[in-house]
Amino acid sequence: MAYKIVGSQCTGCSACEPECPNQAIYEKNGVFFIKPEKCTECIGHFDEAQCVAACPVDNTCIIDTAYPRYEA
Amino acid sequence: MENALQDAAPGQSRLKPLDGIKVEIAGQTSSGCGSTGGEGKASCGSSAGPDDMPAEIWDKVKNHPCYSEEAHHHFARMHVAVAPACNIQCNYCNRKYDCSNESRPGVVSQKLTPEQAVKKVLAVASEIPQMTVLGIAGPGDSLANPMKTFDTMRMLHETAPDIKLCISTNGLALPEQVDEICKYNIDHVTITINMVDPEVGAKIYPWIFWNHKRITGVEASRILHEQQMKGLEMLTERGVLTKINSVLIPGINDEHLIEVNREVKKRGAFLHNIMPLISEPEHGTVFGLTGQRGPSAQELKEVQDACMGGANLMRHCRQCRADAVGLLGEDRSDEFTLDKIEDMEIVYDLEKRRAYQEKVEAERVSQHQAKVDALAAALDLENVDPSMKVLVAVATEGHGKVNQHFGHATEFQIFEVSKDEALFVGHRRVDLYCQGGFGEDEQLPSIVNAINDCHAVLVAKIGACPRDELKAAGIEPVDEYAHEFIEKAALSWFNNYRQRIANGEIKHQARGDAAIRQGAFKAA
Repeated sequence: MAYKIVGSQCTGCSACEPECPNQAIYEKNGVFFIKPEKCTECIGHFDEAQCVAACPVDNTCIIDTAYPRYEA
Repeated sequence: MENALQDAAPGQSRLKPLDGIKVEIAGQTSSGCGSTGGEGKASCGSSAGPDDMPAEIWDKVKNHPCYSEEAHHHFARMHVAVAPACNIQCNYCNRKYDCSNESRPGVVSQKLTPEQAVKKVLAVASEIPQMTVLGIAGPGDSLANPMKTFDTMRMLHETAPDIKLCISTNGLALPEQVDEICKYNIDHVTITINMVDPEVGAKIYPWIFWNHKRITGVEASRILHEQQMKGLEMLTERGVLTKINSVLIPGINDEHLIEVNREVKKRGAFLHNIMPLISEPEHGTVFGLTGQRGPSAQELKEVQDACMGGANLMRHCRQCRADAVGLLGEDRSDEFTLDKIEDMEIVYDLEKRRAYQEKVEAERVSQHQAKVDALAAALDLENVDPSMKVLVAVATEGHGKVNQHFGHATEFQIFEVSKDEALFVGHRRVDLYCQGGFGEDEQLPSIVNAINDCHAVLVAKIGACPRDELKAAGIEPVDEYAHEFIEKAALSWFNNYRQRIANGEIKHQARGDAAIRQGAFKAA
């Protein structure tokens, strides 16, 4: 699995972008997206997903079940 | 000295003049505000003049509308919204709510890249010569976006050396950024400090993002508090002027702010700005949704007055938007949107800016003289209490004069007048009463509500209808002092008021409380 950002919730504040250890987050038209192929759910880097911890809007960075669980 | 700083090569020989300032600040904090302390003294930073503080400090604040109450009548500021990210969550903030019709901190219409921001600053500076101050105040935290903030500052430091640079921060990332702040000659830093007790903080801050973790509860506020105090001490050591913003939240930190005031003063804060909580359910903030109310005018003034002895207290804050442009109390950001500045011819004329600022200086001297003359004219009257103080509301468009039509006012400045002093104590925002020549009757009660604690309202002009309604509400409409300097007008009116009491013409009566802020609107 990977994380994804709920576009309608994203305020475009950019808090998540520099925190991502995989540079998986990018901006397009004022909101942010996660490249699922780059996302490791922060496993092996940090105890909690950095985008989730930094995001000011609850339930905006969420697990995308369309992708299999990341294995370190 | 300003020039000496700018001429120095980057990173070199800046410590010397800054050290000089540091000594002055140390002397100044120990004696309160420069010279005499105590009750009734004009609070420094808010309305103090050159006589009340060391020359170096005065030089730094005299053209800064936020740091000098006097300067805010003449000089303008602008904020550029280059820093959207934040590293803490506050219960009075909701990042999802953003409305262009609203004016309050954290709200912004257009986020800018550092390059766009610099272009905007130069465009505004060439249009508005009285724009002397550039601040980065979010909509997030300036230091949670260090690259964007310092890129902007570096470019401005190089291209517009006469503009004073400021930042506003919650303080969490402050200690690690202090050296960078000094590097770009940012000499004014505002820290929002709402508590010095983490137990109180836990009711204001649900979480912080710290060392790659989201931390909640009392622990979050303990870390925030430690970082804030450490950052403040470091800035004081380096001679950077600091303003502390505190949001007054009734029932949570109202009395506690007196302790906050004591702690920040002890650590060398130059100015303390206690401002009312803005809380409406439609903002979607935690406080808005839980029904946490903001303070009344009287509650705010009580806490401010309790913090005044020897403190430097700011009372002229307008709680402006993170992209505001213009004099405090006005917002011209609409004139400088990205597409508009694209078409503008930008000429950064340092000479023209200097010439304008000298003209303002001359105006300030005559304003000061008018006040001295009015004080000299104050009479000792028998059977009138010499310690009597009343509030008056003033309609002004700037230049320190009573020069606005009652119906055109979107805010009133409030002065506390006594026999010996006319002291600026705040402002009240109101909806525009008159639009295009005819008054909207239904808005008048809200204006009366906003200045209900005042005995008089000084205006350049006022129509017959509002005049009668104000009188009926017990507020005296006064247009006799149109286009005079505010302090002189207020003192002269008060002298006349006292004479009428002495003659037995009228009886002095106490006034009630007032509402601070009416709804949400764009002006300011």
